[in-house]
Amino acid sequence: MTSLSVSALRIGRVNRPLLDALAFEVPEGSALALRGPNGLGKTTLLRTLAGLMPPLSGVLSHDPEEAAYGAHLDALKPALTVRETLRFWSDIYGTRRIDEALAAFNLAELADRPCAMLSAGQRRRCALARLHVSGRRIWLMDEPTAALDAQGQSELADVLTAHLGQGGIALMVTHMPLPIPCEELDLSPFRARPGLAGDAFGEALE
Amino acid sequence: MIALLLRDLRLAVRAGGGFGLGIAFFAIVVVLTPFAVGPSSAGLAAIAPGILWLAALLAALLTLDRLFALDAEDGTLEQLALALPVEAVVFAKAFAHWLTTGAVLALLGPPLGVLLALPVQGMWPLFLALALGTPALSFIGAFGAALTIAVKRGGLLLSLLLLPLYVPTLIFGAEVARRGAEGADYGQPLALLAALSLGCVALMPFGAAAALRAALR
Repeated sequence: MTSLSVSALRIGRVNRPLLDALAFEVPEGSALALRGPNGLGKTTLLRTLAGLMPPLSGVLSHDPEEAAYGAHLDALKPALTVRETLRFWSDIYGTRRIDEALAAFNLAELADRPCAMLSAGQRRRCALARLHVSGRRIWLMDEPTAALDAQGQSELADVLTAHLGQGGIALMVTHMPLPIPCEELDLSPFRARPGLAGDAFGEALE
Repeated sequence: MIALLLRDLRLAVRAGGGFGLGIAFFAIVVVLTPFAVGPSSAGLAAIAPGILWLAALLAALLTLDRLFALDAEDGTLEQLALALPVEAVVFAKAFAHWLTTGAVLALLGPPLGVLLALPVQGMWPLFLALALGTPALSFIGAFGAALTIAVKRGGLLLSLLLLPLYVPTLIFGAEVARRGAEGADYGQPLALLAALSLGCVALMPFGAAAALRAALR
């Protein structure tokens, strides 16, 4: 178990880099909030850290296998119930934490309801429960508090505190106040200069 | 991977899953053909293997554009790609597609062939041809579906892309069924058909996974 660090990271598309010379470190057991205006590349940064896109250049200290990505999309199937959804993901990740996740996000009463009948906040709680089920060490979260009510936020705070307490790491992109105290990093100073090109050959090889 | 296979099967049979779509299409084509071409047994028997194969091919094609598109739209594909090797995702989903279309059509084909005056001796070869040939349809189709995933509602592009790729399977599959119906030896086209299917099952997931990775980036 180590910290998550990046150095000299350049991310974005080959002909349109978004962030450049990015460097930060998140020690184990702590969280970092990433802030910045719309379109800066915050989601792209999370996708790069999750391993969905290769970085244009620079070094990631972690293996993307250690990370779970809580995307903006909730990735729920309307026809499956909450319990079926979480059981599916726990099978995929090879973990056994369904009841724990249901309890943590107060989903036990909704467990047998199809995802099609959930409200926006309930869908978000279900998506967050998937992160919990994943059992992965690094949580990359895109707007985790979107659509959550006060109770949902406090549940998220409890889960995050427990996760960090076990040496986990959380990276959150958000425009809203977060339910737990954590360091903040404004990404604006790392905006890539226009005309800065990536390594087209390198990306083609990936 | 097994969890993904079971989930896809479960989604397929639930409301709006599209399980019945390909099957119903197949049945409709077979039921309507005698009305369109006339009830003469000799005429029907001559075209039965071809019609049955064509119906199976189009039924598979009909359900392919949703293979990855639904998961891509709601963000599930992204999550799957992060948790499993993409090749395994493709394999599980293509296999689930085959179980819900090809395998069912192979079982339904021979009984429905009666409506097309398919001779009894042709039923076993037809079953063999569909059972061994339809995996190629699903796995080539998965490759096509992965390539067209970035195109919203890319059904037209998918059909055009798959048309030429499906031709060899159709030729050998229909040939097995035709020779079987005529009582001739069908071992050679059946072997080629099986080889084609096995090749597709082994290789297509890699091509499709490369296409999906590029699309997810």
